[in-house]
Amino acid sequence: MAMAAHRLPSSSPLRSSLSRILRFSRLFSSQSSDDQTVLTVETSVPFTAHKCDPPPRTIDTTPKELLGFFREMSVMRRMEIAADTLYKAKLIRGFCHLYDGQEAVAVGMEAAITRRDAIITAYRDHCIYLARGGDLVSALAELMGRRAGCSKGKGGSMHFYKKDAQFYGGHGIVGAQIPLGCGIAFGQKYSKDETATFTLYGDGAANQGQLFEALNMAALWDLPVILVCENNHYGMGTAEWRASKSPAYYKRGDYVPGLKVNGMDVFAVKQACSFAKEHALKNGPIILEMDTYRYHGHSMSDPGSTYRTRDEITGVRQERDPIERIRKLILSHELATSSELKDVEKQIRKEVDDAIAQAKEIPMPDPSELFTNVYVKGYGVESFGPDRKELKGVLP
Amino acid sequence: MAAAMHTATLPFFSSSSSSSAYKTINVSGRLRLGLAPLPGSLAGRKGSIFVIRSEAGFASGSNARARSSKLITNAVATKPDASASSTGSKPGHELLLFEALREGLDEEMARDPRVCVMGEDVGHYGGSYKVTKGLATKYGDLRVLDTPIAENSFTGMGIGAAMTGLRPVIEGMNMGFLLLAFNQISNNCGMLHYTSGGQFTIPVVIRGPGGVGRQLGAEHSQRLESYFQSIPGLQMVACSTAYNAKGLMKAAIRSENPVVLFEHVLLYNLKERIPDEEYICCLEEAEMVRPGEHVTILTYSRMRYHVMQAAKTLVNKGYDPEVIDIRSLKPFDLYTIGKSIKKTHRVLIVEECMRTGWHWGQSTSSNH
Repeated sequence: MAMAAHRLPSSSPLRSSLSRILRFSRLFSSQSSDDQTVLTVETSVPFTAHKCDPPPRTIDTTPKELLGFFREMSVMRRMEIAADTLYKAKLIRGFCHLYDGQEAVAVGMEAAITRRDAIITAYRDHCIYLARGGDLVSALAELMGRRAGCSKGKGGSMHFYKKDAQFYGGHGIVGAQIPLGCGIAFGQKYSKDETATFTLYGDGAANQGQLFEALNMAALWDLPVILVCENNHYGMGTAEWRASKSPAYYKRGDYVPGLKVNGMDVFAVKQACSFAKEHALKNGPIILEMDTYRYHGHSMSDPGSTYRTRDEITGVRQERDPIERIRKLILSHELATSSELKDVEKQIRKEVDDAIAQAKEIPMPDPSELFTNVYVKGYGVESFGPDRKELKGVLP
Repeated sequence: MAAAMHTATLPFFSSSSSSSAYKTINVSGRLRLGLAPLPGSLAGRKGSIFVIRSEAGFASGSNARARSSKLITNAVATKPDASASSTGSKPGHELLLFEALREGLDEEMARDPRVCVMGEDVGHYGGSYKVTKGLATKYGDLRVLDTPIAENSFTGMGIGAAMTGLRPVIEGMNMGFLLLAFNQISNNCGMLHYTSGGQFTIPVVIRGPGGVGRQLGAEHSQRLESYFQSIPGLQMVACSTAYNAKGLMKAAIRSENPVVLFEHVLLYNLKERIPDEEYICCLEEAEMVRPGEHVTILTYSRMRYHVMQAAKTLVNKGYDPEVIDIRSLKPFDLYTIGKSIKKTHRVLIVEECMRTGWHWGQSTSSNH
């Protein structure tokens, strides 16, 4: 049953002895009994629903999962800050849209689904790539345009893809990924995969016509697509109240059910995503609005403070930061001491620095790569490079 | 339709630099006859430019795909005014061009369960030009999908489905409507293979009728070849006879690249006899319609028929034109075209397009 609105009931003798045992066991190792203990946490705010029944606020978790969340989000945070430094050092050029502050969405979503479900997002994709199993070196190499990057250095910051983990990218044009996401769901339905697609877009893209066109088709054919609006309240420099007549993005679907979720709470995200996946596989599309926030500006060329106050940013950082929330949960359940957590962060920092050093060593792609992968070599087709050294194919 | 022609010998293989005289004659508001300078990069080089390694352009490619055992490898069609027999051994069957397209589509859908069609009114209505008639009852509503009127989104959906492994055939009811989907075609269809470093292929076919009809109005009479020309990664073909319509449709569906298949509204009712056996046309080959000696006339789609009529007049006047239907708009079949130009040293391009933006202008300035 639902617990009281405040935190977990404090000392029951069983709990404190259990937690003492846990503390003395090694953290982050798989040998301890971290999987067996079940902790019940509550999301910070209840879900608001539109045309559906909201899922319950309480969610079960394990210490291993909690510590795992902390670690993953810290890695993401660290990588984004490192990308900031690299950009200022001119090792990353072009666009660089950073995700720090929004890590809970990536981590919570990944925890709720399998690797066979598909995710497609817009250009703020570094952390989703990491969540899908991407490694730091290939992410940083792609940002710096090196050949060992996830898209062979040909994509850049906005075009991270990972086909084997069903991560469909990485798209630069606002809103263009939404019909693609519905198409992926169509493919899943066609092949009867029993998997779903999570199509992420922002509050800026929520005013695109193609969203509503795709939503109509998805609802018409009951496609297993979950449209996730990562509402960080600013579409580049325009606040949501200046861009949208109705900023209740979860209600915008009208005939499609929606759910408003606190996107800074990883458990709320996880609960909402598993609820949504179940719903989508049975009933068709559903909209999730993740109420989240980004600390950096829209991209590296945007200071982020011309359209919002620094007080607002620091306020959110103090009150709603996703990593701090998990840290408080861990400390209150006495799963680790704060010095242990600091050690973990130091270790992550070193990991990221090592990855940067490794990525810096990787060379740029060969100039001949400009002409590869433009066409697929295949049946009846061969492309001519500009020097016409390649011939056309013959009929089979 | 007699046209006064201006021929000039182009200093093609000479070692001096290029830019021959460029003259255009407007015969009608819709037709543009022009002598264009050949692709700039060619003219600058000396000596033999075309590194043609094999003379066997139409060679019997022996590595046929495992599936069909009776592919016809010769893609050269008979002349449109030739009677009866096709290139096959059996008598073949007669049908209209849109039926040929449907046959090609039907065969490919039967052969590969991943092929699906999506477009406006393709399912129950049977297609606005009856190309998909009967397919919905045969294959079901999911494989022949009636979409709402949202070109941008259903093209995007087709591309997303292609990323998962399906092979959608997206129909634009009129090519002009695909302008609404230009973002999806350009960014997601053409460039995705490159920006993902080769991870994703987009084996879609985007097809639809375009071109000038009978008083359809400006918005419904557009030709989009020149707009799509600059999109990397996209292949474009234009069909002109029932034979190559079926062949190109089948080849386009089997190709791993995104292919835009341009049909023409006024050509749908062309009757022709095509072989009974299964065959495909190479996506990158041009068709030699009428071999000749004096001038090379390059054309495609409906203009082929106008050119053939004009060729009769030319022959009566004592000229011997060589007519090539280029079929593959992007990339060009430089082998056939080059061989012909090498022979005649004169080029005439006949194209149906807007006066302000024509496909050849784009393509001659691009390094194809």
